[in-house]
Amino acid sequence: MSLDSPLLEIDPLLDDLRTRIIVCCGSGGVGKTTTAAALGVRAAERGRTAVVLTIDPARRLAQSMGLTELDNTPREVDGIDGSAGGSLHAMMLDMKRTFDEVVVNHSDPERARAILENPFYQSLSAGFAGTQEYMAMEKLGQLRAQDAWDLIIVDTPPSRSALDFLDAPKRLGSFLDGKFIKLLMAPAKVGGRAGVKFLNMGMSMMTGTLSKVMGASLLRDVQTFVAAMDTMFGGFRTRADATYRLLQAPGTAFLVVAAPERDALREAAYFVERLAAEDMPLAGLVLNRVHSSGAAQLTAERALAAAEALEDFAEANGGPEQGGADRGGENLAAARIVDHRPGKADAGTPDGTQDRTEGDRQAPSERLAAGLLRLHAERMQVVARERRTRDRFVSVHPEVPMVDVTALPGDVHDLEGLREIGLRLAGAEEVAA
Amino acid sequence: MTGKGGTGKTTAAAALALALAAEGRRVLLAEVEERQGIAQLFETEALPYEERKIASAPGGGEVHALAIDAELAMLDYLDMFYKLGRAGRALRKLGAIDFATTVAPGLRDVLLTGKVCEAVRRKDKAGWPVYDAVVLDAPPTGRITRFLNVNDEVAGLARVGPIYNQAQSVMRVLKSPQTAIHLVTLLEEMPVQETMDGVAELRAAGLPVGAVIVNMVRPVLLADVELAEVVSPDGPGAEAAGTGGGTATGSGSGRSVNGKRRAAVAKALSQAGLGGARRGGVAERLVDPLFAQAHEHAQRVVLEREQRAEIAALGLPVRELELLGDGVDLGGLYRLAESLRKQAVAGTVPDPGAPTGTVSDDPEGWGSGSIAGTDTSTGTGTGTGTGTNGTDGTETNEVDE
Ligand SMILES: Nc1ncnc2c1ncn2[C@@H]1O[C@H](COP(=O)(O)OP(=O)(O)OP(=O)(O)O)[C@@H](O)[C@H]1O
Ligand SMILES: Nc1ncnc2c1ncn2[C@@H]1O[C@H](COP(=O)(O)OP(=O)(O)OP(=O)(O)O)[C@@H](O)[C@H]1O
Ligand SMILES: [Mg+2]
Ligand SMILES: [Mg+2]
Repeated sequence: MSLDSPLLEIDPLLDDLRTRIIVCCGSGGVGKTTTAAALGVRAAERGRTAVVLTIDPARRLAQSMGLTELDNTPREVDGIDGSAGGSLHAMMLDMKRTFDEVVVNHSDPERARAILENPFYQSLSAGFAGTQEYMAMEKLGQLRAQDAWDLIIVDTPPSRSALDFLDAPKRLGSFLDGKFIKLLMAPAKVGGRAGVKFLNMGMSMMTGTLSKVMGASLLRDVQTFVAAMDTMFGGFRTRADATYRLLQAPGTAFLVVAAPERDALREAAYFVERLAAEDMPLAGLVLNRVHSSGAAQLTAERALAAAEALEDFAEANGGPEQGGADRGGENLAAARIVDHRPGKADAGTPDGTQDRTEGDRQAPSERLAAGLLRLHAERMQVVARERRTRDRFVSVHPEVPMVDVTALPGDVHDLEGLREIGLRLAGAEEVAA
Repeated sequence: MTGKGGTGKTTAAAALALALAAEGRRVLLAEVEERQGIAQLFETEALPYEERKIASAPGGGEVHALAIDAELAMLDYLDMFYKLGRAGRALRKLGAIDFATTVAPGLRDVLLTGKVCEAVRRKDKAGWPVYDAVVLDAPPTGRITRFLNVNDEVAGLARVGPIYNQAQSVMRVLKSPQTAIHLVTLLEEMPVQETMDGVAELRAAGLPVGAVIVNMVRPVLLADVELAEVVSPDGPGAEAAGTGGGTATGSGSGRSVNGKRRAAVAKALSQAGLGGARRGGVAERLVDPLFAQAHEHAQRVVLEREQRAEIAALGLPVRELELLGDGVDLGGLYRLAESLRKQAVAGTVPDPGAPTGTVSDDPEGWGSGSIAGTDTSTGTGTGTGTGTNGTDGTETNEVDE
């Protein structure tokens, strides 16, 4: 390992009863949801009463955690080992429903209905760029207030930038707070003074224009919507601020998840800096889907040279042996070519590779050894590349504790896989690598 | 070009544009998400809301790029239809346009897609299309159907009037054979699932699906028999993986089938100069970790084949782009373009239309001539609005005035 950073120790973090909230953030597709779920399983099996709030989990993962019903409340996850006295609840965020709940809980029934039925509310609640982040925070606030769990693990919405999680709620706030919305409501709000006259002039010019463009009924919808939402704006902001403070509290720990790729680590660096600026407590960085090799002593170059030597040897010895008669050198060469043609790859049934027994059809050992070496060379190149990317991050942020989570060969879609990730999060991989 | 977030939409869109240009076409590459993805990829400064040439190809083809900005498109539109001028800018200052495009995403989408369709239809003085092809780096799969199906989105807002007409004419282009919606995916569960769902949605909406582009394809380095051997649960690969792959254990007893195989591989490694083949020898100690890696590789190949089978079931053309080990720089982008060209994604894009011999009108009324008056590279033959409909048998015939 070229550059060192402190090891991020997950188990002490999970075991510390003062840890009340863990937020997993990072750029898109790096493994936030997987990490959050794995932490939930591990925390529960170590005795915490945990709940994990997931956002858009992969279908099979959701099923394995019993998240088949979208009722926006946490459900207990079956199959958790409760012998340490812990338990795990999990839920999948339903953004629209959470928004609806906020509306219903913070306005009288009549007004609530007016809002819920308004077409603008519907597109705002389903489509505004910051709504998902805002609602995740809202839900976090609710879960915290329920006080039924001693550890809340929060996944964050898929977005390009990890910063969205911190910025988006404010964006919604400032949108609702915007000049234009104020203006739409101005006539009702301000008493008759000079400025108002100007505003009203602006208003009528504007409403004139808008109704010309959008049609009068549309404009009426906008105005009813804004008027109805008006009473709630204050509440929105107050709660968003409260949740923001919650994120700054000492019981909160941010885990930044990143893949060992340039873009993801660049995002991670921005996020680390931002957390510091906002006084939000960073626990460390999870470097997910890292590759390692058990044969790291053999360099890529030597492996390739040896592979070539073996291939030459096999060539010279006239190809097939050990009953692999159907598989001449040509065929082999063709099969090794980068697997570009989809048609060719589709020809094998997905598990067709398994229904042959070794013995009746086996590649010559030299060929197999050459293949193993080529694979190894590729692996070593990946390892080297990942290390370079990682070092770049470490040289900028040597203070950030890190843990590597090696890539599993397949997707993570059941409790077993989550436990496996949990082990790696806890640093169990260090030994092997 | 759509696909799950991060799968390579921008990369694939740019590669397709370059591939088309390499065949001598004049291509517009447009983005709508206000992220300057194109500029980043081409290593140029941020693109304004203005068409710029960003690449030319040996065959005389060119790629122009445009970052479409919803607010500015809205201003154009207001200007064109309502001669709003200063009032429009005042509205913008007040945040009205931001408000309108936020609270009514359908409106925003109709403006963005409208701009794209305008570029598709734009003709020069001689009646030739200004662009032979327009490639759009579109929103991700989760939003693509809503984005393109502007008609439905806008129907709730406006049943008559210019916005409605605009939506209608956009829909006609998008649903015509002139359009092909390509989906980018990786050979992983979630992106493939999203692709399946996306295709189903697009089809249900009557939008023309093009090809599936499988991106970041990694080479398969073992032959099928070898894969079968190392992936088998009682093969040497699984056994090695079970040991953690790090140390040589007693599993290679030398008598079992696997033991013999390992010994033979150790011997081969030793022959290749990698050390001793005896128990505990340098070459022998490589065997387990190498088999463990091969086992993982084979498991991945099996999973990828499952994903491929799902993709194949869609019955769409499939193209592949290899994983570039060092990320996508300009050189890499050209390589991907060349690969696409060979695979003839380019072939799915219709040939440029015939010249019509008439000066095309600008049916939208907010064509390139109106792009804040800044369009220097392509601003010909538009904005005359003389109503010469009905002579050329192309899209422009049907457009509502
Ligand atoms: N260590 C790992 N090894 C193998 N596969 C992994 C690993 N971590 C995550 N994955 C897989 O990667 C995919 C993406 O992971 P995940 O859904 O957790 O990412 P995410 O950051 O939540 O993505 P999004 O931004 O889309 O929400 C999933 O299919 C998951 O199973
Ligand atoms: N074939 C490839 N080989 C290696 N890296 C690739 C390849 N294709 C894309 N990438 C890299 O993957 C990342 C995502 O690609 P890109 O930006 O094109 O995706 P996108 O789908 O447009 O993402 P977004 O959803 O954020 O717009 C980039 O860093 C890009 O360089
Ligand atoms: Mg996720
Ligand atoms: Mg993109």
